[in-house]
Amino acid sequence: MKSMRLRGTDIAIERGGRPILTGLAFEARAGAALIVVGPNGAGKSSLLRAIAGLLPLAAGAIRLDGGAADASVGEQAHYLGHADALKAALSAGENLAFWAGAMGGRSSADAWRGALDRLGLAHVADFPARALSAGQRRRVALARLLVAERPIWLLDEPTTALDVAAQGLFAAVMREHLAAGGLIVAATHAPLDLDGAETLRLGAAAGAAP
Amino acid sequence: MIGPAQALFVREWRIARRVGGGAAIGAVFFLILVSIMPFALGPDLALLARLGPAILWIAALLATLLGLDRLFQGDADDGSLDVLINASLPLELTVLVKCAAHWAASALPLIVVSPLFGLMLAMEPKPLALVALTLAAGTPALTMIGAIGAALTVSLKRGGLLMAVLALPLTIPVLIFGVAAASAASGGDAPFATPFLMLCALSLFAVAAAPFAAAAALRHAQE
Repeated sequence: MKSMRLRGTDIAIERGGRPILTGLAFEARAGAALIVVGPNGAGKSSLLRAIAGLLPLAAGAIRLDGGAADASVGEQAHYLGHADALKAALSAGENLAFWAGAMGGRSSADAWRGALDRLGLAHVADFPARALSAGQRRRVALARLLVAERPIWLLDEPTTALDVAAQGLFAAVMREHLAAGGLIVAATHAPLDLDGAETLRLGAAAGAAP
Repeated sequence: MIGPAQALFVREWRIARRVGGGAAIGAVFFLILVSIMPFALGPDLALLARLGPAILWIAALLATLLGLDRLFQGDADDGSLDVLINASLPLELTVLVKCAAHWAASALPLIVVSPLFGLMLAMEPKPLALVALTLAAGTPALTMIGAIGAALTVSLKRGGLLMAVLALPLTIPVLIFGVAAASAASGGDAPFATPFLMLCALSLFAVAAAPFAAAAALRHAQE
């Protein structure tokens, strides 16, 4: 994997005609995580959605150096939002097998079983997602990051509802991704236990939501 | 390209066939609509037979639109839509595959049982197959037009009715040619081929154009 660099310059984001972020610049390098911190309403989630291409920029630009030229940043990224993107009617394994296929990953059963196993969930693979606890659902959502390889991980509060053991497992998964030349941008309130992570601090912008 | 499309189709199919998926409900709704018509119209068999094709078509139209309001909303609610937008399939193809799965899971059963329901409306046995054929040719257009409405109302919590209001006027051409072909099939001097070919053309046009409209609406709804 080439050394990648994700840069944002002079970014402005509006939600509903209201400025959320203005004049923001950031840089995330392969092998190091960028942790976005700030109070509620500071625009952490909006920034991640903008990087993923889900929210238009009012001004500025986000550029990726060293990535695939013919794909957008979002198409090279895993976006993990607040919602777990799991179908309640399908089992954890069926959900993961679908995402493996849809994201262009390996769709063999070994791949998603291995991903579930990494996050300590092998025993619930055949449970419908509606029968899982919030923490287990979050872990299945995190396993999605492993079933298809994408260099950029955009994580919005990834450790919500996770117990201490699972937080440790996921920190190890993130470290492995970074060591392989991956790039992580994570918005979080809780420490993620990553070495050499850089911090992007967003203030409560003028007019930000309470 | 085949792998992701197949994965999406299988997932949609499974969700639709499981409890609460709504595919079977569409067929039951179709049955109920058809069977309450004789109560409203009275026991005049000649009248029922004459109105039969129109009743079948209106019931199919309503049953198809009924299940469509959740086509994208489920994915928007649980966050799947955010991921699907950046998945390896272009969003337009994602829309097309979702519609194909929805059609196969909920419109196809209607078409299969429609000859049976036609008998309940005192229609002659012979044209029943042709009426089913008109439904098979026309329901793809209904699904695709409904998908545009579903995409436009994806961010509204209770957008089902608004979606029907948006989509129903657009289905009028399909209804006109569908009922014309079905009526021609069940007797009369009007030709069958002309309205039937128009119906096929409407479906082909909808299948080609609607994914772009629905995908644009979904992207816009993200803002």
